[in-house]
Amino acid sequence: MSHSKPKFQEKYGNFIGGEFVPPKSGEYFDNTSPTDGKFIAKYPRSNKDDVNAAIDAAKAAENEWSKTSATERSMILNKIADIIEENLDEFAAMDTYDNGKPIRETTMADTPLAVDHFRYFAGAIRAQEGSASELNTNSVSLIIKEPLGVVAQIVPWNFPLLMFTWKVAPALATGNCIVIKPAEQTPSSVTLFAEKVKDVLPAGVLNIVHGFGPEAGKPLASSPRVDKVAFTGETTTGQMIMQYASKNLNPVTMELGGKSPNIFFNSVMDKDDAFLDKCIEGAVMFALNQGEVCTCPSRMLIQEDIYEEFIEKVIARTESIVQGDPYDMKTQLGAQASEDQFDKILSYIKTGKEEGAEVLTGGEQFQASGDYKDGFYLKPTILKGHNKMRVFQEEIFGPVVSVCTFKDEAEAIEIANDTLYGLGAGVWTRDGHQLYQIPRAIKAGRVWVNCYHDYPAHAPFGGYKMSGFGRENHLMMLDHYQQSKNMLISYDKNKLGFF
Amino acid sequence: MSITNKASKLVEELKNRHGEVIFHQSGGCCDGSAPMLLPKDDFYLDESDIHMGNVAGVDFYMNQAQYEYWKHTHLTVDVIKGRGSSFSLEIPEGYRFKIDSRLFTEEEQKHLST
Repeated sequence: MSHSKPKFQEKYGNFIGGEFVPPKSGEYFDNTSPTDGKFIAKYPRSNKDDVNAAIDAAKAAENEWSKTSATERSMILNKIADIIEENLDEFAAMDTYDNGKPIRETTMADTPLAVDHFRYFAGAIRAQEGSASELNTNSVSLIIKEPLGVVAQIVPWNFPLLMFTWKVAPALATGNCIVIKPAEQTPSSVTLFAEKVKDVLPAGVLNIVHGFGPEAGKPLASSPRVDKVAFTGETTTGQMIMQYASKNLNPVTMELGGKSPNIFFNSVMDKDDAFLDKCIEGAVMFALNQGEVCTCPSRMLIQEDIYEEFIEKVIARTESIVQGDPYDMKTQLGAQASEDQFDKILSYIKTGKEEGAEVLTGGEQFQASGDYKDGFYLKPTILKGHNKMRVFQEEIFGPVVSVCTFKDEAEAIEIANDTLYGLGAGVWTRDGHQLYQIPRAIKAGRVWVNCYHDYPAHAPFGGYKMSGFGRENHLMMLDHYQQSKNMLISYDKNKLGFF
Repeated sequence: MSITNKASKLVEELKNRHGEVIFHQSGGCCDGSAPMLLPKDDFYLDESDIHMGNVAGVDFYMNQAQYEYWKHTHLTVDVIKGRGSSFSLEIPEGYRFKIDSRLFTEEEQKHLST
């Protein structure tokens, strides 16, 4: 099947109360594609009036939706999954055009994962139970899970449909109503989602408000009428959202990025076999999704006695990455999501060089041709340096990895943990002791052992340290969207005797 | 620290519209590793925020832990066309503030350490 650019309307509305409505101010912003720099469509430049209308719609739907059975909600989530699956190519083409990522990834990863996440939470909510404890002969404690009410969610642009799904699926499964603001860089697939599922979801249960952080994000995150705020993004905005939530004593979850170490012990080179091949691929995972992943393995730690041989293979594999037409299934690396993102990455490469880092490969723009000559493409880049350099400490969010060596296990752990962040990490070894002990010593929420960049719905994901708190995916995600109602029941017919 | 003329002009416009503002250097995911221009009263500052300097009449802050990795570099605030999804005030205008860094010269280092 051939893939091509999707068709768009001239402009789109917010999705509020089950309908598409224009922004109250009448103002729109232009959304453009990073693949070719061309105009896509106009989206609402919403403000607090639109946010309030969305919260009104969610509040109006809250009573009825919160009382639906887990069975009903599960059926709806399964229907949503089926709808995405039936329209998989359309969703994939849209995220490719909007975000710049190659069609191979949106077709084989982003969109099927979104389908699976809806199915996972459709199942998880039916299996969830409260609990009962007999505290003594006459007292029973019941714990019943209840929805929070109306939740606010702000999602990023790096996996437009999938990050939306990570937040929306568990919130719907648990019976919450939602007001969500997609990233202004990537409003398209979320709008397509609303078009496709609007007859499946009751009006007001899911509301989508487009617009900018200071104008639409802030009134949403600071509203006293929402019961929770979930955010994925950067640290300063994360802190501001927590401040707003503190005024309302609202719970928050934060996913704020990382600088994940990917550690290769010398045993990986013991044999030239399929596993070594997997390790080389694991090292090149820094280029997946153009490096625009919060868990990008952007620091590569290689044991010094295998460094020369290992890095040679990694460089060769990196240089074999296919770039170009994002709609070609053979393309492995697409466009950076925006011009400012592109510019920031080049600026970091420059800073790295000034700090004394050596460019082992890449380090410059990739000039795409034809229709894509005005897009924002970079060559995958490997920098060699040491862990105190800024390119080892700051999230570049591009296809750039900073490599250093380590002597032994102790030094590997020290370097791995010498970072402000603690979201992801990778450990590669043939040693049975290392594959348990090293991950336990790394302060990060997700440590991939002999693999990387796998995101199943059934495994919890989230950060330590400045990477945030709270988890996404997995059964435990349900708790983040639920209250625990405790009923403490006495079967004793006699008074206590106090009064 | 310094600021380009273009960035300075945009800061002036935004000050006229939003009143007193500060810069805070962000880290982390997606739109991170960029300076955020925020209404002064919106962001809680304390001793964990290092005052880096004043550019275009605006105080510039950075989290102390982050500062430890940045302190050997000279920073210039610049602006570029773009679209971010943070809460920074220039975003609705279709611009992003950004930081260009260079290493301090030996002379500057000496001056800083005295």
